[in-house]
Amino acid sequence: MRQILKEYTYTPATIQRGYSGKSLYLNVSDLRMEEKVVTEFMKEKFIGGKGFDLWYLWQAVTPETRWDSPENEIVMSVGPLGGITQYSGTGKTLVCAISPMTGIPIDSNAGGYFGPLLKFSGWDALELQGKTEKELVIFIDGNKGLIQFCDAEGLPEDSHLLAEELTRNYAESEEDQVNVSVVSSGSAARNILYGMLNFSFYDPRRKVVRFKQAARGGLGTIMLDKGIKALVVRYKGIKGNTNNPADVATLNRIGVKYHKEMHDLDEKQNGMRKIGTANTILVMNQYDLLPTRNFQTGGDPAAVNISPKVFIEQYLTQGIHDGCWYGCTMSCAKTADHFRLLTGPYAGACVTVDGPEYECVAGLGSNLGIFDPRAILEENFYCDTYGVDLISFATTVAFIMECYQRGQISREQMGGLDLAFGNSDAVLELLHQMARGEGFGPIAGLGIRRLKKLFAEQFGSDPALLQDIGMENKGLEYSEYCHKESLAQQGGFALTNKGPQHDEAWLIFMDMVNNQIPTFEDKAYALYYYPMFRTWFGLCGLCKLPWNDIVPADNYKTETPAKVPEHVQNYVDIFNAVTGKSIDKEELILQSERVYQFQRVFNIRMGKGLREHDYAPYRSLGPVSREEYLSRQELYDRQLREKQGLDPASMSLDEKIATTRAYREQQFELLMDAVYKRRGWTENGVPKPEHLREIGMDLPMLLEVIEPHL
Amino acid sequence: MITVNTREQAYQAGMTVRDLLDRNQFTFRHIIVRVNGEYVPEEQYDKAPVQDGDDVLVLHLMAGG
Repeated sequence: MRQILKEYTYTPATIQRGYSGKSLYLNVSDLRMEEKVVTEFMKEKFIGGKGFDLWYLWQAVTPETRWDSPENEIVMSVGPLGGITQYSGTGKTLVCAISPMTGIPIDSNAGGYFGPLLKFSGWDALELQGKTEKELVIFIDGNKGLIQFCDAEGLPEDSHLLAEELTRNYAESEEDQVNVSVVSSGSAARNILYGMLNFSFYDPRRKVVRFKQAARGGLGTIMLDKGIKALVVRYKGIKGNTNNPADVATLNRIGVKYHKEMHDLDEKQNGMRKIGTANTILVMNQYDLLPTRNFQTGGDPAAVNISPKVFIEQYLTQGIHDGCWYGCTMSCAKTADHFRLLTGPYAGACVTVDGPEYECVAGLGSNLGIFDPRAILEENFYCDTYGVDLISFATTVAFIMECYQRGQISREQMGGLDLAFGNSDAVLELLHQMARGEGFGPIAGLGIRRLKKLFAEQFGSDPALLQDIGMENKGLEYSEYCHKESLAQQGGFALTNKGPQHDEAWLIFMDMVNNQIPTFEDKAYALYYYPMFRTWFGLCGLCKLPWNDIVPADNYKTETPAKVPEHVQNYVDIFNAVTGKSIDKEELILQSERVYQFQRVFNIRMGKGLREHDYAPYRSLGPVSREEYLSRQELYDRQLREKQGLDPASMSLDEKIATTRAYREQQFELLMDAVYKRRGWTENGVPKPEHLREIGMDLPMLLEVIEPHL
Repeated sequence: MITVNTREQAYQAGMTVRDLLDRNQFTFRHIIVRVNGEYVPEEQYDKAPVQDGDDVLVLHLMAGG
């Protein structure tokens, strides 16, 4: 066992109706542990999960706090529904901190066992504060009521080895490994700003440690900067009623109904149990939405080479349960087992690759012009074990590749790497450079916002072009959809709290294909309802996928099939069954909105969160280049005729591009106006005091922040 | 003329729901089709007629990752 530097004992709290009622504060500067009481105020206003994270983070930081300030906290919480085993997707841990990418709170969620085991060990939330030179492993034993700060010396750097060793070390037997979960990052996270966190779970069927990621916003970079090499929790004794719900019979009834839907309908609907979220790769390609070569186009004929069929038939193990928490019959966490690596420090080793998820195939594949499934899986593995957020990595590399393509940077300036679209060897070498802290790796690890400045100042690149093609907003890289033909989704990315991640709203089909939300008011409603609804998953410890990646057979009969009303009611009933409360679907939205508005004000407190911070790069809104315009010329010419009353035949290509741009930028401004109004914000994006009062969030601490902006 | 998702399109004599889906390259499996408000089950796509003047909704049920 590891050398113990400091040890505390505690009496684990009993879980009552989804809450332990206690949270754990750990300071690594002085190896201090404190228990805090989770108050009724916290439960009422913030519910749990991301709500608790943001509440504690607000107390910990000041407007001057930066990502590497000792007072910055990593806070994690699973929420009151987290850990139930009756319904699918109930093991999500929400993690928040001030992000190195954005300077504002990031929230990121992960499956795996850590969050539920933490709660069952007696803690509704965990705060990590301080910094230490001597790297630590923090161990929580929820059965013994034990917390240890341990020396991390001699441990491997990369997650697939580190988590395996810690799982083996802290489990009391081989069978006990399922009761241990590790949070770790990897060697690259020391050298880049978008390092991520792996949340482990032991797979007894494959006999390997597997991972889900809290990937966005640099959480792994922060944890290693604090000197925390890994967190380990152990808890044995998971049962169907460990959450001590108010009404277990209702939980069982709803769960059985849902699992039957999954069994009967998944194969007819999205096929989540065969391929997971990557089922949509060809769909995105067919609908011109698959980001290709830095979001320049929405597809490529070669996408057939990275289709779900290829992964299913050639790589992904089928027929084994793949849930990342107990009771999940969606079972979408697929793996490529016995995958032989060809590059890097582990070349020749056979490993289990967790994934690939949709964002992985689209980001590390098509958006880099790579249509080789084997290369994508190798990139996937190394991003995971090195602790790299593959979305930020992929979108950043796509940007670099286009800069190279357009002569904005040279091969010499990239340290000799030939980062041309399609060159997977160069991409893998870049990843290995990140892990070694050498060459162009740490530079690419700065992310797009910093690279735009660096390329312009040091390489003489054209700053206006870089601004147009650099797919970041608020400092965070866009996730992987070519969404420029959907005005609603332009807002779905840019008008978010943490930056352009698709977990607030994905409206492309409703908007672009179904044409269900044609007016600004319609779009504004969608950009109110869906972000609020989806925020709720993060408050409660839930995964979004079971909401609408499988829907009831009679969902078509409802007035609002996109909302999946029966599943919304399931969530209301589950919440009430666990907590003993009596909310309805309107109160559910209100619970979310309180936290959503709190986060917006938090952004303002940190010097952002205003209209000027919500603008999108033009690549998100429309065609930047001549080639992009020509790739959809028929559509763009028709829009000039129908929407602007112009005759494209009488215009030059450059005139058409400029006119289209002026129109689309104006449309985005109008969208912002409509969304801000619907969300109860001023024209500058500031929540209005009267709106905060209406939703019961007129807290003095919030009013004080917004007052100078009114 | 017919309307598909509130946008006008040319009518083609004898067209079925399947023809309409193919023409629009609506390849996503998880859809709801309504012709003049009436739900059309998937097993009827090949035979269900679309008439001149019909209002067709093809709702793609997807709300992202």
